[in-house]
Amino acid sequence: MKYIKQFAIILTVSFLGEALRALLPLPVPASIYGLLLMLLALCTGILPLEAVRETGRFLIEIMPLMFIPAAVGLLESWDRISPIVVELIVVTAVSTVLVMALSGRVTQWVIRKENKKTGRGKEEKAQ
Amino acid sequence: MREFLCESVFFGVALSILAYEAGIFLKKKLRLAIFNPLLVAVAAVMVFLLLTGVDYESYEAGAEKLSYLLTPATVCLAIPLYEQIGLLKHHAKAIMAGLISGVLTSLISILGMAAVFGLSHEEYVTLLPKSITTAIGMGVSQELGGVVTITVAVIIVTGILGNVIAEPVCRLFKIQEPVAKGVAIGSAAHAIGTAKAMEMGEIEGAMSSLSIAVAGLLTVLGASVFANFL
Repeated sequence: MKYIKQFAIILTVSFLGEALRALLPLPVPASIYGLLLMLLALCTGILPLEAVRETGRFLIEIMPLMFIPAAVGLLESWDRISPIVVELIVVTAVSTVLVMALSGRVTQWVIRKENKKTGRGKEEKAQ
Repeated sequence: MREFLCESVFFGVALSILAYEAGIFLKKKLRLAIFNPLLVAVAAVMVFLLLTGVDYESYEAGAEKLSYLLTPATVCLAIPLYEQIGLLKHHAKAIMAGLISGVLTSLISILGMAAVFGLSHEEYVTLLPKSITTAIGMGVSQELGGVVTITVAVIIVTGILGNVIAEPVCRLFKIQEPVAKGVAIGSAAHAIGTAKAMEMGEIEGAMSSLSIAVAGLLTVLGASVFANFL
């Protein structure tokens, strides 16, 4: 019964996300509204963590599976992609690596600078 | 045989999950980043469909039950985020700095390469939202006059690439703080990357989840400005 109740709550929040998307004119998908609503509900204590934890973890664990159908759909758009496929691959590969490297380094740089200021750097490095 | 597969209710989902399991098996045996379960699964399903002549629509009619769970699963990303909320508040400044530089890097690098390759305005705006989650990216592409199907394709390839290279890139660029790893993966490779961040650790996963939402929204703003540059 626990899982059914958890799944019901998660689907209800997803539905509320859908409702927000219909009401607000922003280019934000239902899933992001739902994520924010769920976070809000957990932070305010409207929903205790126990109300969603196990089913939530299961859904997150199987998340990669959910991308398979859309990715296989690349077969369908191949005709539109093939004329500029080399450019697409280069742009995609280069910018993905650059974004990952830079955003990670900047975050790390600020964290370590702050750690040094508060003198907590050594403890964290030891981990 | 082909007709039966096309009409089967369970074929699409079963094939997808079996292919994914095969990917996990290969990864355990061979321990190479390229044998990423998601990548293996997608390639295996494609090859299977091409060999058997089952068309994508028939496969998708069954397999879309998997996609159906994507919104509830994304909603659940709030759970690890909530569990790490203290860390999030503590590092708010660093996380925002990382996300803003990530979004700017994405937009500037796409602008630069689009100019070098002589891409048209339409192709350029199609690529602008490539690092953010599909649902937001589609909206941005449409708004700016891009080709939505190509945007979706590029977003998915970005995600899978990010999922595959997350660990090597973090090692190569010496990104060691779990918070920084999460921000890096989420801002570069949205939800598909986040699936990998979840495997790397609780903190990585939580920060990556947060980055999907924030980088997505920052890109909505940034892309509308950058669209005027080419």
